[in-house]
Amino acid sequence: MDGTIPTRMGDGSLILMSRAQIETDVHDGVEAAVKRAKVAPLDEGEMDHLADIFASRARFSAVDLGDEVILTSDGVGSQDAGSRINDLQNHEQTVCTDTVELYHHDYSFKPIKPVLPFEQETMRQAQLLLTVPVHYGAMPDLGRYTEPDGPVPNWSRLLPLGRIDEARAAQEEAVELAVADIVYVAEGMYEAGADAINLDTAGAAGDADFLAALRAIERIRAQFPDWGIQIGMASEFVLGMHGQLEYDGVRLAGLWPEAQMRLAARAGASVFGPAINVNTGRTVAWNVARACTIVKPCSAASEIPIHMNGGMGVGGVPMHALPPVDAVSRASRACVDILRLDGL
Amino acid sequence: MARTQLTRRMRLPEAKAYVAEKLGVAPMDLSDPVAMWDVRRELGLGTIPSEDTATPADALAIEAKFNIARVLDVPIRSVERFRALTAG
Repeated sequence: MDGTIPTRMGDGSLILMSRAQIETDVHDGVEAAVKRAKVAPLDEGEMDHLADIFASRARFSAVDLGDEVILTSDGVGSQDAGSRINDLQNHEQTVCTDTVELYHHDYSFKPIKPVLPFEQETMRQAQLLLTVPVHYGAMPDLGRYTEPDGPVPNWSRLLPLGRIDEARAAQEEAVELAVADIVYVAEGMYEAGADAINLDTAGAAGDADFLAALRAIERIRAQFPDWGIQIGMASEFVLGMHGQLEYDGVRLAGLWPEAQMRLAARAGASVFGPAINVNTGRTVAWNVARACTIVKPCSAASEIPIHMNGGMGVGGVPMHALPPVDAVSRASRACVDILRLDGL
Repeated sequence: MARTQLTRRMRLPEAKAYVAEKLGVAPMDLSDPVAMWDVRRELGLGTIPSEDTATPADALAIEAKFNIARVLDVPIRSVERFRALTAG
């Protein structure tokens, strides 16, 4: 790379590029998305706008006044300073986030089940002390249900042995267990006054994991018609660990964000969060261009709010524990500007 | 706006228009802390609870959420619970 504009790689490292190199990366990122996800490319004006954002030497980049969006999170606070309620208050009053999310440090629905009364009490007190919506979040995390820690056979061990039918049966059994746990926790959090339940990192274990999330949402929505239900995806593409599972007649394996969103909305979600993976060997400009191209059909078609996932290793944000603000702000602004997002 | 997204599944332009209409302001005002200062205090929608930004006369936290639910006509679960538990 040769140039004078400081920008970032997908691993967060700082590099210098020229405007022409940034423009090339934006075009290459769009092309990569078109080829991989079979979506339409961004138009020239959108690519020029991305190049403008990344060709700036400013420390921080932001949307225009009036174009601000809502921020939701997968848990707020470090849980290392004060209480968990203090974490929520700090985010409301100092960080000034639009919403906050109470979370258990073992961020999956299964381990929350035995400690739900403690979580309910914390939520109840948080609701008395905060004004912004307080979500409760966790992951469906289907792997938790497998041996040796869980009750069902481990499909990651069965699949390499060619025991496909047993692996599929194990995943189907795990779906039922996960749905019951997610609904149980959601019912408890509704009772405690939570403003929303967040099913985060859905699909992490593949199509069965996504199915568990969709079925849980359907049941939660049937019980609580006006409640907030958010779902955030684990990655851009639903892995076919089972391969034959369907929701409402649609095969889940291989779905990209637009199709994921349609099923999430049909199940009853209030907010959908697409997640696009970061390639650490390419620049942030390349990654953001690719992410915007993949998510554009999802955002354009959606009838529910879209809060794109932007954080360590997704949505163009560098894969680093402390992602630099110049890259985070550029990725966030770019996604909001191009995709007309409802939130992040 | 977050509450209209969560409870009514409104996309952002619709959410901003809805909230602005309920508050009697322009959508552009919603993210302007100066424009919203008086609106929030007059309607009791809550503010930062510090000596510089709030007085005992200002609604905060659960108090403010009662007003938000009424003014914006959105269901707030903690407000519903509070009402049910204090109904006598």
